[in-house]
Amino acid sequence: MTAFFEGATGAEEALVDVADGATVLVGGFGMAGMPVDLIDALIRQGATDLTVVSNNAGNGDTGLAALLAKGRVRKVVCSFPRQSDSWVFDGLYRDGRIELDVVPQGNLAERMRAAGAGIGAFFCPTGVGTPLAEGKETREIDGRTYVLEYPIKGDVALIGAHRADRAGNLVYRKTARNFGPVMATAATTVVAQVSDVVDTGELDPEAVVTPGIYVDRVVSR
Amino acid sequence: MTLTKDEMAALVARDIAPGSFVNLGIGQPTTVADHLDAGSGVVLHTENGMLGMGPAATGDAVDHDLTNAGKVPVTELPGAAYFHHADSFAMMRGGHLDVCVLGAFQVSAAGDLANWHTGAPDAIPAVGGAMDLAIGAKQVLVMMTLFAKDGSPKLVPACTYPLTGLGCVDRVYTDLAVFDITPDGVRVRETFGITTDELAARLDVDITE
Repeated sequence: MTAFFEGATGAEEALVDVADGATVLVGGFGMAGMPVDLIDALIRQGATDLTVVSNNAGNGDTGLAALLAKGRVRKVVCSFPRQSDSWVFDGLYRDGRIELDVVPQGNLAERMRAAGAGIGAFFCPTGVGTPLAEGKETREIDGRTYVLEYPIKGDVALIGAHRADRAGNLVYRKTARNFGPVMATAATTVVAQVSDVVDTGELDPEAVVTPGIYVDRVVSR
Repeated sequence: MTLTKDEMAALVARDIAPGSFVNLGIGQPTTVADHLDAGSGVVLHTENGMLGMGPAATGDAVDHDLTNAGKVPVTELPGAAYFHHADSFAMMRGGHLDVCVLGAFQVSAAGDLANWHTGAPDAIPAVGGAMDLAIGAKQVLVMMTLFAKDGSPKLVPACTYPLTGLGCVDRVYTDLAVFDITPDGVRVRETFGITTDELAARLDVDITE
């Protein structure tokens, strides 16, 4: 059953059990789909020593960048930390105050997909012969070389969706969908931030992207 | 005359077959879109989960839920489709994308690509979708200047920068020439303001016409 929360206080309630040292999957591609309200609640909640898995390492001074600035993140697993507005991460990294694991973007998505789909590991052609595949097991299959990649599972996923119904089904908006549906499958506890919640039956079942089975908590404004 | 960046983009656009599904990398490659004929039926893919991407959005059309891989607000064209990240990259790896256009620090004579990391000690590595695109798209086109600012060639016998992908580049568009990377070596398709012999004298890679 999906539990429902409202507002800033509700967001804090929804994140009350995030533990120090947790691996947190954070949705969004840049700021599109970034669950800023949930990240703000996580900052107030106080969990620290976190590993954050997200495509980027924060933009500007809000959202993920604000969490990093508070010194709550030990390690970032992402595909693209360096951006024109990633000054918070850049500073921490250059000062040696944060670990970085760079993962090709498709591997980041597929490794979480694998975690959510019960796949133990998979052979992937991305990165063969590059520094990001160094030390990893490879196998030749039908004349092509593949790298063995393992799942990335989160303790918590924080995602941004457009709308939920009371069954916990989610729909997204445009490219803000990005990592949300994959992360929703790949964490023990999944918390979605939405713009609004509608009654069960009001979302077209054909249009549901993330079925409620994956969604533990929904926070609306 | 050597080509301007805009002329290089126009050249790439000219060579993309009508109806192709195409991904344009961040930076220079994005400008190829400005030269695609609206009637060509080329469908643009953006790695953050969209097919049928339209031009950059301006004014009231700016919607921060609708951006391209460079996080720039864009528009959607009729027939557009949205999908999540695992699907977006499955589309690349699965060989469904016809063409991708990428920038590069270096390309080797064997088609190895280096475009994500200078390897400098103070550089923050960031790969994004470059490795997935490089090995996924059916045809990988590179756009770059032929020589770096220090005058060293960027078409090289072997890449010295960290690799993005092995043997993945099919064609290289530069300000001085267009090269095909073939199993038989590097072929010059056309040159601009320079002869093939003059080019050969400035490169450490064997080139033929």
